[in-house]
Amino acid sequence: MITTTDLTKVYRSRGREVTALDGVDLHVREGEVYGVVGQSGAGKSTLIRCVNLLERPTSGTVSVAGQDLTALAGRGQGAPPSGSWGRAGSALRQARSRIGMVFQHFNLLSSRTVRDNVELPLEILGVSGKERTRKALELLELVGLADKAKAYPAQLSGGQKQRVGIARALAGDPKVLLSDEATSALDPETTRSILQLLRELNEQLGLTVLLITHEMDVVKTICDSAALMRDGRIVESGKVSELLATPGSELAQELFPVGGVPSGEDRTVVDLTFQGEAATKPVISQLSRTYNIDISILGAAMDTVGGHQVGRMRIELPGRFEENVVPIGFLREQGLQVDVAAIADGPGANPTPLLKEGAK
Amino acid sequence: MTWSEMEPLLEQACWDTLYMVGWSALIAVVGGLPLGVLLVLTDRGGVLQNMVVNKVVGQVVNVARSMPFIILMVALISFTRAIVGTTIGPEAAIVPLAIGAIPFYARLVETSVREVDGGLVEAVQSMGGSTWTVVRKVLLPESLPALISSATTTIVALIGYSAMAGTVGAGGLGDLAVRYGYLRFETKLMWITVAILAVVISIIQFAGDLAARGLSHRGRSSVAPRLVLLRGGASRAGKPAPVPERAASAEIETAEPTKVP
Repeated sequence: MITTTDLTKVYRSRGREVTALDGVDLHVREGEVYGVVGQSGAGKSTLIRCVNLLERPTSGTVSVAGQDLTALAGRGQGAPPSGSWGRAGSALRQARSRIGMVFQHFNLLSSRTVRDNVELPLEILGVSGKERTRKALELLELVGLADKAKAYPAQLSGGQKQRVGIARALAGDPKVLLSDEATSALDPETTRSILQLLRELNEQLGLTVLLITHEMDVVKTICDSAALMRDGRIVESGKVSELLATPGSELAQELFPVGGVPSGEDRTVVDLTFQGEAATKPVISQLSRTYNIDISILGAAMDTVGGHQVGRMRIELPGRFEENVVPIGFLREQGLQVDVAAIADGPGANPTPLLKEGAK
Repeated sequence: MTWSEMEPLLEQACWDTLYMVGWSALIAVVGGLPLGVLLVLTDRGGVLQNMVVNKVVGQVVNVARSMPFIILMVALISFTRAIVGTTIGPEAAIVPLAIGAIPFYARLVETSVREVDGGLVEAVQSMGGSTWTVVRKVLLPESLPALISSATTTIVALIGYSAMAGTVGAGGLGDLAVRYGYLRFETKLMWITVAILAVVISIIQFAGDLAARGLSHRGRSSVAPRLVLLRGGASRAGKPAPVPERAASAEIETAEPTKVP
């Protein structure tokens, strides 16, 4: 649904060059909720703004719903100077009107009522007055704000404002919704309700959602797929459930951090991920009994990720990795995902070189 | 000088002032608005970024603004003749007044429009809005209260400028105060003129503030107490404007029973 190929964006200011995007290939399937995470400055915002060409990429292509937007932007214009809002031809404007976008700071017009804000994109599309009103009220109903139609944005709470933002983004019947940190200015409670709304819209309308966020919780709650960005590159991407099943996955680790440091030298620390059926077996006690070893649990968590029950646990086995090959093999046989953790501050023991072997 | 002698003079002077200020303010708004918007659009990071146009327009505005009005009036004499066919009288004063006020208002417009959140521009662009849509649906409506305040400031400044219009025989209140009050020692007339000017300026300022506040939906606190009083209770039904404490107590006595938070 959304595909970017080798997308690059370089900002030039006062002779300095800053590479915000460095060859990003993104592939968002139709009907899925795709989350891009990363720290601030990783290029997430630039990426999402390149998808509807609010930001012109320096090179590479963007296509949404099979339409090559970069081609619509016109040749030769290349990249306007940094920070420019840029001008857009009518073909690109038309394509944009079929891509909804919600913003971190809502960006509602304070001079218009809620209803008029939702009508704005319809005005731009040239929809007649009566039809606009009907559609706007219908959308407000959909986001649960029908009673606020006549209020001004200043009279709404943050969560209500974002609902208006979402209603407005849906006015042009888009197939794709871009969400630029839509929940980052909201409290946890409101964040949950907004995410739930996005999920409902995704399911009811078949809306494809591309969202960027720095909150792992957002990905955990609604994303089908996710990508991790760092320094303008996508370092990891895939379906959330698959990522969790990928040994050594950074995203999985971020999504599901398990802490705990080993109690001493000559210990093997192992991260276990339970998914599906494996989550119900008494694996740890079996391991302990079968091999007659003492197991300490350093940290553990259980959560629902992408609708699946997932558990993660960090355990400690006595002895070095070499001595624990057999118990670890046993854990694998039980259908668990086993990662031998690299503990950076573990004194003496340096499992890093073994990690790769152990993980594979 | 008796009142019956002063009255026709004052009346004529009032009309002359209103005539000059009214027309020149209208022209200043019509001319200054697009100029100010252009300055914002062509600036770095603007929708129509064009530094050459921006610098040239900005420089022209600066030069015109730094010109003392009395010099401008003399300097523009031939231009005035070409436009209105005469170099004396109120019509002749309107031309330099308007020319002087256009850059003044343009700068104020520029400041007001620049205040509009860039995110709103981006939002409209993401909906497929063109530059014209951005100007018409975002920049102007969102900055309207500030634009009205700026226009008020411009009108008040124009009243000040128009006092010098006597130089080209345009009449007006300022001219009356100089010719009678100063040159003929009619102190009483001068003070009356000053009082009228003070009243006129107060009315304009009050009306301007009222309009600007009435159009602002930005924050809850922006609804001024006096505005609430003027509107009364009934018209507030649609818009629940929380009333600041002080106004609330005053309102209970005057307005018909309403829900006071």
